[in-house]
Amino acid sequence: MLQIEGLTMRYPTGDLALDNVDLTVERGQVIALIGPSGAGKSTLIRCVNRLVEPTAGSIRLGDIDIVRMGRTSLRRTRRRLGMIFQEYALVERLSVMENVLSGRLGYVGFWRSYLRRYPQSDIDEAFRLLERVGLDHMVDKRADALSGGQRQRVGIARALMQNPDILLVDEPTASLDPKTSRQIMRLITGLCRERGLGAIINIHDVPLAMQFVERIVGLRAGEIVYDGPPSGLDDAHLTEIYGEEDWSGTRAADREEEADAAKADAALKVAARVDLPEMKKVAAS
Amino acid sequence: MPVTQIDDRKVWQRRDRAQQLRIWLGWLVGVALFMVCWEYISRQTIWIFVWDAPQQAFDMARRMSNPPWGYFDRILWPMWDTINMATLGTLIGVVIATPLAFLAAWNTTPSRFVLRPLALGIIVTSRSINSLIWALLLVLILGPGLMAGIIAIALRSIGFVGKLLYEAIEEIDENQVEAIRATGAAPTQVLSYGVWPQILPAFAGISVYRWDINIREATILGLVGAGGIGVQLSASVNSLAWGQVSVIFIAILLTVVVSEWVSAKVRHAII
Repeated sequence: MLQIEGLTMRYPTGDLALDNVDLTVERGQVIALIGPSGAGKSTLIRCVNRLVEPTAGSIRLGDIDIVRMGRTSLRRTRRRLGMIFQEYALVERLSVMENVLSGRLGYVGFWRSYLRRYPQSDIDEAFRLLERVGLDHMVDKRADALSGGQRQRVGIARALMQNPDILLVDEPTASLDPKTSRQIMRLITGLCRERGLGAIINIHDVPLAMQFVERIVGLRAGEIVYDGPPSGLDDAHLTEIYGEEDWSGTRAADREEEADAAKADAALKVAARVDLPEMKKVAAS
Repeated sequence: MPVTQIDDRKVWQRRDRAQQLRIWLGWLVGVALFMVCWEYISRQTIWIFVWDAPQQAFDMARRMSNPPWGYFDRILWPMWDTINMATLGTLIGVVIATPLAFLAAWNTTPSRFVLRPLALGIIVTSRSINSLIWALLLVLILGPGLMAGIIAIALRSIGFVGKLLYEAIEEIDENQVEAIRATGAAPTQVLSYGVWPQILPAFAGISVYRWDINIREATILGLVGAGGIGVQLSASVNSLAWGQVSVIFIAILLTVVVSEWVSAKVRHAII
């Protein structure tokens, strides 16, 4: 589906952020990209939708090369790449509905979007997604009135409004508390499964990544140093990615979290049919 | 080197001796310069006029007291003209300044080496000339009247609104813009969704603030023949009708108070 080959990115300051990276994401496959700060995780996913211009290499989506694309076809291709941001990146002064509908900007003309006259099918889809992420009661709230977890749900709905093939997810949980982090990760991976979406998720939290995805890619100083299932990621690999450290705590926490997750998972299944306050109650019990 | 070693203890000071000395020297030069200037001004002043200043001021106050309130009816219409002049001038200024600000901000300009310097040049030119001077020029070109006043105010407002607005544009959160760009939005849509909502409060605040300033400036443009209450003011001063002058002052004061109240309300409502 997405094929990255020989991707190299050197910043104008001379720093090499990515060094000849090869990575293939199969259709419907969710990948967690782990690595220390500055390893090039953000740069990698920003190269995919060319918010950052790569220096060399190719990124093929199906059989088109994103790197060598002109402006107009780049805009058309960006619609297929949904992006979710660490600090949510919602337009703070717009309402939840406007933020979600902004996912359709690549499909509607300027005046339609300016006058907020989106096609009814888009509005139906927005309501459907808001219900799915548990925010259908907040349609008219302004984005800056929401909590972190709620904002990220709006961000997820906006990305899915694009009807993407792949999600590019940049540290979705870094600004959230542990419980909300789990809910958001579960929501993202659950939606990917439902819709058959591939995803690249940048994430700091290794146990969280191991809990939710089937493939982990470790990045260090712009190079891939691990690519495989979570079960294969041992202390030696973590040391290679992050440097020397006592990793035993990480894996103990991991086992505890798995037990927690099973409980919370049951709660979410109920919550999918009820609304958000209800979910909080169940998950807390 | 602010850290020094004294008997194997580390001593930290904010500045070392040389730095400290330079700062004292700077202050010394500053104070000396101030004294020299003071001395020069004092030598140039004709003190006879200054000594009787309290007397003169008292005399003028006496002549200005007991204003002829009936004159109020005669200045209502010019006052209304003044307000309209300020409002129309502000509107025209804002309409021209807004696109200029987008051209001048480095993060929204379509061309950094041609259009941006051009827009910045227009903004600086407009800012560097006071609206009274604009009015003076325009009265010569367009003839006396409200038209000259409106355009003078508009020309001065372009620079003010343009500068503050492009600074506001340069301070926006780029993440929000990036997120809109990532959806595949066209550049115009990025402006309307990613940038415009972020600068809306600044836009409203700046416009209303400039309108508020323009009302005060519009009151004096009449002194050079550009219409409004200033025409009456200059006529009254020239004919030494000090009572009328104080009626005009009171009318201006009331208008300014009302305009400040309105601008405070508007800014509050939008933010």
